[in-house]
Amino acid sequence: MALLLAGVLAALALPRLPQAPYLLTLGGGLALAGAAGWSLTAAPVRLDLGAVAPFARLLLRLDGLAAFFLLGIAGLTAAVSVYALGYVDRRHYGEPVVGAAFCAFVAAMAGVVLADGVFSFLLCWELMSLASFLLVMHDHQQAAVRRAGFIYIAMTHAGAAFLVAAFLLLAAATGSLTFDGFRSPAPGLDDLTRNGAFLLFLVGFAAKAGAIPLHVWLPRAHPVAPSHVSALMSGVMVKTALYALLRVAADLLAPGPEGWGWLVLAMGAVSAVLGVLYALMERDLKRMLAYSTVENVGIVLLGIGGYLVLAARGMGGPAGLALAAALFHALNHTAFKGLLFLGAGAVQRAAGTRDMERLGGLIRTMPWTAGCFLVGAAAIAAIPPLNGFASEWLTMQALLQVLAGTENPVVLALGAAAVGALALTGGLAALCFVRAFGVPFLGVPRSPEAAHTTEAPLAMRTGMGLLAAACLLLGLQPEVVTRPARQVAATLLPQGSLAGAVTVPAGVYVPLGVAVALGLLAVLAAATVRLLWGAVGERVTAPWVCGVVLEPRMQYSGAALAKPIRLVFQRLLSPERLAERRYHQAPYFVAEIHYEGRLRAVYESALYRPVVALLVRASVQVRQLQSGSLRLYLAYIFATLVVVLVATR
Amino acid sequence: MVNLGLLALQLALMVACAPLVQGAIKASKAGWQNRRGPGLAQAWWDIAKWLGRESVVSQHASWVYRWAPPLYLGAMLAAAGLVPTLAVAPPLAPLGDALTVVGLFALARFALALAALDTASNFGGMGTARELMFAALVEPALLLGLFAVAVPFGTTDFATLTAGASLDVAHLLAAGCLFIAAIAETGRIPVDNPDTHLELTMAHEGMILEYSGRPLGMLFLGAHLRQLTLLSLLVALFLPAGAAADSSPASLALGVAAWLVKVTLVGLLMGLVESNYAKRRIFKAPELLGTAGVLGLLAVVAGAAGGVH
Repeated sequence: MALLLAGVLAALALPRLPQAPYLLTLGGGLALAGAAGWSLTAAPVRLDLGAVAPFARLLLRLDGLAAFFLLGIAGLTAAVSVYALGYVDRRHYGEPVVGAAFCAFVAAMAGVVLADGVFSFLLCWELMSLASFLLVMHDHQQAAVRRAGFIYIAMTHAGAAFLVAAFLLLAAATGSLTFDGFRSPAPGLDDLTRNGAFLLFLVGFAAKAGAIPLHVWLPRAHPVAPSHVSALMSGVMVKTALYALLRVAADLLAPGPEGWGWLVLAMGAVSAVLGVLYALMERDLKRMLAYSTVENVGIVLLGIGGYLVLAARGMGGPAGLALAAALFHALNHTAFKGLLFLGAGAVQRAAGTRDMERLGGLIRTMPWTAGCFLVGAAAIAAIPPLNGFASEWLTMQALLQVLAGTENPVVLALGAAAVGALALTGGLAALCFVRAFGVPFLGVPRSPEAAHTTEAPLAMRTGMGLLAAACLLLGLQPEVVTRPARQVAATLLPQGSLAGAVTVPAGVYVPLGVAVALGLLAVLAAATVRLLWGAVGERVTAPWVCGVVLEPRMQYSGAALAKPIRLVFQRLLSPERLAERRYHQAPYFVAEIHYEGRLRAVYESALYRPVVALLVRASVQVRQLQSGSLRLYLAYIFATLVVVLVATR
Repeated sequence: MVNLGLLALQLALMVACAPLVQGAIKASKAGWQNRRGPGLAQAWWDIAKWLGRESVVSQHASWVYRWAPPLYLGAMLAAAGLVPTLAVAPPLAPLGDALTVVGLFALARFALALAALDTASNFGGMGTARELMFAALVEPALLLGLFAVAVPFGTTDFATLTAGASLDVAHLLAAGCLFIAAIAETGRIPVDNPDTHLELTMAHEGMILEYSGRPLGMLFLGAHLRQLTLLSLLVALFLPAGAAADSSPASLALGVAAWLVKVTLVGLLMGLVESNYAKRRIFKAPELLGTAGVLGLLAVVAGAAGGVH
């Protein structure tokens, strides 16, 4: 932590050395990762940094759950810092404020997961939002970026308002501002307070996690930040919200009713399916990745919801399985989404565009970036033996346990719908990432810029390579993560309910064995064919395209690859298109076609516009109070003081 | 541990039979259409011919295109080792379960889809877009069908599921759901037409259009194996009669015979469907696949609420 804070100072003090803060975050990331790895299974550690004000003590606590998320934050920070050593220089993102905000951002995220009191939590939460807002606004000369930043800060503050309300509600009921003070009296609180607080927390955290329909800021804000920052925002910042949701629902307010779990499950299913559908429709690489973050948040929410349902039923073993699935997928998403954002950054740096319809054939000019991106794409598309499949397999097993423990037909139908949603998400994600890798990296270049790209520098490749290795390692050895995750579950569940039930009669998936079998069988098959039929040659020639010369424009575009899905789901996506033709001689000789396709912004028109209109109308009314006269304002303050004094007497 | 002898036996048997089962389906189609079709072993002769020939490769293709066929075949072989055929417990059972089979199918499809985009030819992209659209819509049906069978036992382990198979409402609904899913997965009418190279209609054939020679032979063998794996899966979950409970030679021999008969029967049923239905328009297929998904959902509810136990 000290290293991270030193990074802030160093960035401001050494404006001529833009890489300096990243060396410090690399060190800080490694140190924090070590501490987190050690604390995964150790007893909780507490730290009291003293009181800032009589009501505000800076309390920190590192337990298993916090260590899990701290490990993701610190690990990704270390890899991203290595990448940034090559990505950041004086011409690109070299301003001291970028380095300083980056360090503050990382420190604040670590603080959020370590916080053990309302004050320290909200302080770090706001610091995290503001630091990332600064980074999002880096290219503020562009109107689109300013708008994205405005929507981000507005949504973040609206979400934070819900959190403050929830914490105040709890504080009023328990008379405490520390998490310990909430924990012990929580089971005794009345239902209204508990459910109200949970709902307020859910809205506040869902807004930060980007769950649908509170996601509108995410696909705008994540892509416009510098890529090493996008990686952190998508990879770990949204996870802090998931951590906080777990902390509240599974720890502070536990045990909750089964309904909480179903609410989270429903939210997860909707976010997963719609998130990947929107991702499929995007042509901007980084926006596509941002929408896919919404999808993966949905998958983690499915795991969390499953845990809450199973814990409410008192089924300790299966609940541990569900929590392991949620934590594992959260960590996996950190690895592959970080990797993919870094890859997209490398592509943007080389080709000058993020638009996949202008790319193509990059596997030849950027083989290392392509290889790493392919690993990330296969992992996120849940292809075995990589880590995405391992955690989605575990999530499926958790949902199986949710279904197996009930005979209520309504619950069964809901659970089965969640299974269907997760399966559909997997299938759509496969198409989405075939498209995301195939269109930019395979085939022939679609523009001169794409044809004249060069490979990324060594530091950037190393950063991506580290994350690709993490995807492979987590995929082949899931026990490294799932075993401590179950121990975390043991600390959250009531004493003894996990004992003896750790070995759930689930399915079998041994990734290392499957990978070895797969490789051996492929080699064996190729060798047998060669033994029986001998070696044969290979003739390289131009592909047959019905007798004409191949042009890059003939290749299937990203929009064309997604078109079948766009048509099948047009009720949900409501696409609009505008086609204008100009003719030499109607109707056969077309001179020019102008085509525009987009999705109608359903959420904006149906949900946000009425709310915003209401707010604006209310603000106009409130403005009548503001005359600009200082004396009147003093009178307001005095009146407020009197009212408060009377009320608290 | 994995019983290597049993694994070798099962894989050899499945590799040998996969093209023959394809031949049997073709023969049944020919019979229903009142014509003389190709011989039973024709699919084998085709594959043998391709495996011995040089391949012609697009100049734009990279290593992705060259690695896809062996990976595809390897994934299909691994999947073939994961389903119960002759014995109740599949030879690779210690490594994976029903969901792993679905994952391996996804791996094979992913590799082939990327290879199709790698040649810069437009047919590859067209096939990819359609095949992956079908795949995304089949996936819920496939998993719900498996879940319907798995939920009463709380596990996705094949040996348990096969041992507990019965013919109640849930199993019938799940069988309908998985049968439609298998038709779509094997690219058969009414979803896709395996015998066409007409650009307006092809999906799977579009993805492999650029391949020739040895890689094409590997892909065809892999595709036939995929079909046989799916048929074996259907048979294992819904018609387990005759499967060997232990690995004594007598019961294994009986298991082989029973499996061959059952798989051929289900294959003939597929041929019957294919001969009696028209191929549907591509954008009508989602309705059929949605129907399968709803069947699966009902099967899950019926299976757990009706209570097998």
